[in-house]
Amino acid sequence: MMKFRFRRQGAEPHRERLRHDLFAFSKTVEHGFPSQPSALAYDPRLRVMAIGTKAGAVKLYGAPGVELTGLHKETATVTQLHFLAGQGWLLSLLDDNSLHLWEIYQKEGCSHLEETRSFGLPARPGSGAVCSPSITRVTVILPMSSGTVACLGTEGGAVYFLALPALVLLEDKTLFQDEILQSVPDDYRCGKALGPVESIQEHPQDAGRLLIGYSRGLVALWDQSTRTVQHLFLGNQQLESLAWEHSGKNIVSSHSDGGYMVWAVGGSGQRTQQPITAVIPYGACDPSAFPHSNPFVIFSGGMPRASYGDRHCVSVLQGRILATLEFTSRVIDFFTVQDPEVPEGGFENPRALVVLVEEELVVIDLQTPGWPTIPAPYLAPLHSSAITCSYHISNVPLKLWERIVSAGEQQSPRLSSAVSAWPINGGKNLAQEPTQRGLLLTGHEDGTVRFWDASGVSLKPLYKLGTANIFQTDCEHNDSLNQAGEEEWPPFRKVGCFDPYSDDPRLGIQKITLCKYTSKMVVAGTAGQVLVMELNDDKSEHAVSVATVDLLQDREGFTWKGHDRLAPRNGPIAFAPGFQPSVLVQCVPPAAVTAITLHSEWNLVAFGTSHGFGLFDYHRRNPVLARCTLHPNDSLAMEGPLSRVKSLKKSLRQSFRRIRKSRVSGKKRLNAGSPSSKVQEANAQLAEQAGPPEVEMTPVQRRIEPRSADDSLSGVVRCLYFADTFLRDAAHHGPTMWAGTNSGSVFAYALEVPSQEKFSERAVEAVLGKEIQLMHRAPVVAIAVLDGRGNPLPEPYEVSRDLAKAPDMQGSHSMLISSEEQFKVFTLPKVSAKTKFKLTAHEGCRVRKVALVSLASTAAEERVENCLACLTNLGDIHIFTVPALRPQVHYSCIRKEDISGIASCVFTKHGQGFYLISPSEFERFSLSARNVTEPLCCLEVSRLQDTSSVTPKVQQANGTHVPHSSGISIPPHGSPGSPEERQATFSPGSVDSPNSSMENPLDTTGDITVEEVKDFLASSEEVERNMRNASEDEVRPAGIFIK
Amino acid sequence: MILLTKRVGISYLLNLVCFKPWIQLDFKWLCNQGSLIDVRDKSSECSGGAFGAEFRRFSLERSKPGKFEEFYGLLQHVHKIPNVDVLVGYTDVHGDLLPINNDDNYHKAVSTANPLLRIFIQRKEDADYSAFGTDTVTRKKNVLTNVLRPDNHKKKPHIVISMPQDFRPVSSIIDVDILPETHRRVRLYKYGTDKPLGFYIRDGSSVRVTPHGLEKVPGIFISRLVPGGLAQSTGLLAVNDEVLEVNGIEVSGKSLDQVTDMMIANSRNLIITVRPANQRNNVVRNSRNSGSSGQSTESSLPSSTPNILANFLQGEEESDEEDIIIEDSGEPQQIPKAAPTSLESLTQIDLLHEPTQNGFLPSSEVNLNHSACNVSMEYEVQNPDRKSLEEDGTIITL
Repeated sequence: MMKFRFRRQGAEPHRERLRHDLFAFSKTVEHGFPSQPSALAYDPRLRVMAIGTKAGAVKLYGAPGVELTGLHKETATVTQLHFLAGQGWLLSLLDDNSLHLWEIYQKEGCSHLEETRSFGLPARPGSGAVCSPSITRVTVILPMSSGTVACLGTEGGAVYFLALPALVLLEDKTLFQDEILQSVPDDYRCGKALGPVESIQEHPQDAGRLLIGYSRGLVALWDQSTRTVQHLFLGNQQLESLAWEHSGKNIVSSHSDGGYMVWAVGGSGQRTQQPITAVIPYGACDPSAFPHSNPFVIFSGGMPRASYGDRHCVSVLQGRILATLEFTSRVIDFFTVQDPEVPEGGFENPRALVVLVEEELVVIDLQTPGWPTIPAPYLAPLHSSAITCSYHISNVPLKLWERIVSAGEQQSPRLSSAVSAWPINGGKNLAQEPTQRGLLLTGHEDGTVRFWDASGVSLKPLYKLGTANIFQTDCEHNDSLNQAGEEEWPPFRKVGCFDPYSDDPRLGIQKITLCKYTSKMVVAGTAGQVLVMELNDDKSEHAVSVATVDLLQDREGFTWKGHDRLAPRNGPIAFAPGFQPSVLVQCVPPAAVTAITLHSEWNLVAFGTSHGFGLFDYHRRNPVLARCTLHPNDSLAMEGPLSRVKSLKKSLRQSFRRIRKSRVSGKKRLNAGSPSSKVQEANAQLAEQAGPPEVEMTPVQRRIEPRSADDSLSGVVRCLYFADTFLRDAAHHGPTMWAGTNSGSVFAYALEVPSQEKFSERAVEAVLGKEIQLMHRAPVVAIAVLDGRGNPLPEPYEVSRDLAKAPDMQGSHSMLISSEEQFKVFTLPKVSAKTKFKLTAHEGCRVRKVALVSLASTAAEERVENCLACLTNLGDIHIFTVPALRPQVHYSCIRKEDISGIASCVFTKHGQGFYLISPSEFERFSLSARNVTEPLCCLEVSRLQDTSSVTPKVQQANGTHVPHSSGISIPPHGSPGSPEERQATFSPGSVDSPNSSMENPLDTTGDITVEEVKDFLASSEEVERNMRNASEDEVRPAGIFIK
Repeated sequence: MILLTKRVGISYLLNLVCFKPWIQLDFKWLCNQGSLIDVRDKSSECSGGAFGAEFRRFSLERSKPGKFEEFYGLLQHVHKIPNVDVLVGYTDVHGDLLPINNDDNYHKAVSTANPLLRIFIQRKEDADYSAFGTDTVTRKKNVLTNVLRPDNHKKKPHIVISMPQDFRPVSSIIDVDILPETHRRVRLYKYGTDKPLGFYIRDGSSVRVTPHGLEKVPGIFISRLVPGGLAQSTGLLAVNDEVLEVNGIEVSGKSLDQVTDMMIANSRNLIITVRPANQRNNVVRNSRNSGSSGQSTESSLPSSTPNILANFLQGEEESDEEDIIIEDSGEPQQIPKAAPTSLESLTQIDLLHEPTQNGFLPSSEVNLNHSACNVSMEYEVQNPDRKSLEEDGTIITL
């Protein structure tokens, strides 16, 4: 033994190299919907959209798999985003009044997004200290169609011009309000200023003419070249927005009274007093009053405040058809996507309406009658109901995959066509086809389980399973209510799926497990319900058999004070194709299920709550075992979740204190570098800023006391495990079940499972084989049995289907027990300690999540090591060898204050993982140097001018730049042959890189086609509404949008 | 198994010594009799009642000792003192007089009987608590001299502080020779007592001497001692003492929660190095001048210190917590290690390695001499847990 220790020391350099080949940490991609979006922009030429968030992140999305992320250095809300169409530049305005220019650049064949320069508007010259800083606050941005100038409207009423992309102020072109006021009649002026600039619109045909709208209602048509006012529209209503009709003959203005006006630009006279039409669509009017014509009118808001002020609406009006799309969260912005060619009649033909609301992105197909929604292939609102648990399955067999996909298609038929119909499809996805299918299941508060395709960069919804229909809940489906709505005016139509309100919290899903070979699934919930489900390709109507298992086992003196169990519905229930429940097991008392495990070969499911655990034979449909784990002194276990609210509050308060503490002591920030981690940090900073002012507290104290047997909730069952191993003697192995509790106890049962043919005849029996009490009494978070070679036992059916090597049943097995404080390996069947690692005693951190992962080496695919990956309460990930338990590497991954992030973490079998960075977003990370899933995409941009002189970043594309520290820039580690293959795919993309555009400088204007101009005009019209919704809580403005 | 009990008043330890040869003779005879129950009453039930010692011999079945209560009743019965409160003690293998007052130490006493168990019974009101503890047997000579010199012995009435709940050490100051004088390394033995550790820690800041002058750095301090707790009763820890290390691992750079978790994880054998707020009670070493400033040693804390400590700790740790396994026989037993580890061999090995290495320890040649002491302590550790399991009544015997 002693020799062995010495040798290990000597072998270090070799091991070091191996480690390098095996382990690498990177945060790769964010799945889901960005938290707190605040701005939206669309580039009709690149066909990509950009979303800005309150944390200062900018995210670009194109075709599925095309995703770019950037983050402002300042943690400030992105209030506006504007594309310089087709050029790969993006202008952002933050709420600190700074402008930033982002560039999409190519490096190693892939596109990246980077901020190149920023600009702050100087105070008005001359008035210096007198004027308040708000005078130069930018209210409107209009990038001109030429792509070289941007107009900035300000709160003070002045309009500034900015050269692009250099972001240099063209001072001589600045238009102050005085110049406009000169031509305004005195009776209109009334000695007052015109107010802030509300809107600037470029003339659709003549780029030299600008329409400038002021807050008080005045709209001026300004000729840049002659610097004269060509026309004045003397509006009397508070202006909200302006839009040109495509022909340039009419303009539309929207007003704070909920109406919009159409004005003629016709040549007669220099002033217009009256609009052609003025419409208040949701005033006391009749829908037939709308003129019968083809154009679409799309606007947000406009609702009579008194009756519908609390609704979030976008109205779409085409001729006599009006749809009032009602969203469950605030409308941020919207745009339309149209076909490139403009048909006769001068109106574009919008294909789709894209609406960004606070919690989701909704796309409406405007070409299909009835205007259905198009399901998005990404930006999935993961949090449509709060996520309560998640579960990952890797290497899903094709058969199961197809069955799930087909179940999902029958559920929402448009899902399959979504990818082809998806209108925002710019860019090329360069990532290789995922080598295996990964399925992420999320359990939600409303009792649904959602199936996501987590194989690649974009997380696609596959199928949704509801469990609420099995139970009688208070709120039956309010379909009848919706039908009544048909008669209602305005015709509200609910769109989107964000619905955070749960009918019954007891329906919440706590644990999910799925056998990928037999398609059996077990779902367990908050009220102690355990549902055994089977995948059925046909719809069915059957009764679910119900069984109750008493986990108290006649224990005296306990009364459950928590919620009641869910009442199951009687009689046959209709189930759609997909997973259909066959058995419902209800625990008594109905406490939340804390652990489940399934063995589909033995037809057994084990489940645990805070009171004990049970074993159920779902083939014969009878309980096999129930065991109470309660300590006699544990009173809290009987209180149920409701009375624990107080302690939850307390722990929240404590965690807030910890956050403050860490800020005060100025502890290092985690893992700067990758843009996504920065996004997280920024989100966190934002959350902290948003928090209420903190009251000074007394110094925090911590009690030092060892855990005792009668600590509260010591009986909570934390993990359950099935294994075919040696429990009673070294000669015979057999089925066993293991359970670990919060107080460090492990119970091992030997199971008598009849052979396959005799399942129906003989019952399963369970006898207690061993009880282990860990002396340190820390909660047992995981149990696993390792075979004679030290590998984890395979899953049921894995060996019989030739998908895994048979375990070594010759050598002696060992058992790995992971508690919150230490890892220990014991021999079997005689339980004696072999190795251990005391994590808490050494590092001061506690185990939160642990998983056995197999990591393949980058050097050789067949070199695979089984490791123990562990996430601690400090948000660090540690990797240990198995079974020697030697620490290998550790990475900081999640901020330690991010408790929900740590709690939501799941590891995959092959060394990746997911955790929630906001209620709506999963961060994907990788521990493996080989198995990495990250976005690799290419956007072909065509710069209008050579930018190498002004853009130092262009050099990065030439490869002279030091590799970016972010995970995105690292090439993927696919199969060994992949680098060559990728080189081939990249070469066409590089033609359009800035590098090549340097060699063939484009003429600034010569290459612009009419089509491009039109496209650009469309985009600039959309652009002006960005600000509108910002202060919507008070005023519900009506943005008008005519196509 | 044969027990010999003796009821003796404090003043008559002399008698004990005198009778000792007789007792042993008696043992031999009894041993020859096998498991015969033989109760010898050598009481001299004197009229005064105070001056007397009586002897009883009887046998108990070793494998089924029963409960302490039953045993106590039995003693009262055989000595015919049903209503007298007594203290029960026994001599262990080292000759120490140790108390029997609960199931655990009763079982322990029975298990150590070889084959005879010598039991001493004292009337509670005139009990000499100081008689219990280590080296009682070797101290007897002193006791003897005390008795022989009645004026010395006479009427220095003992202050009864509390019942001797435990005869094991509860705390100690260790590593005095390698630590700076300003530091104190305290070991708290939590096992075997029901007393809480009884202290709280908090964040704070302390002033350090650095090359750049005085600097304020965050630190962890003891914020509160629970009255009656282990920490307070030792007198070795005080409020505002700065915590520098926990079981050999420095706490600087660690958060309050991390330190809390570390202490709790080590709570069964907690070694904390503190800088006492009150520096007046420091241990002054002979080798040092009393004039030497304690502060100057502060920054020169030898780096090897944690190393040595860690080595020492690992050896201790290995034995401090062994998990209990209940086999299907229903008999609780300790989980054995693959092979017992000797402290010496450990130290040798670990000196060549980093102290922070994985806690895995190699098995090596057994040095039973050294581990013997540890083993006996381990069993003591187990007992409370076994007790709690039994109370549960949930152990299924197969």
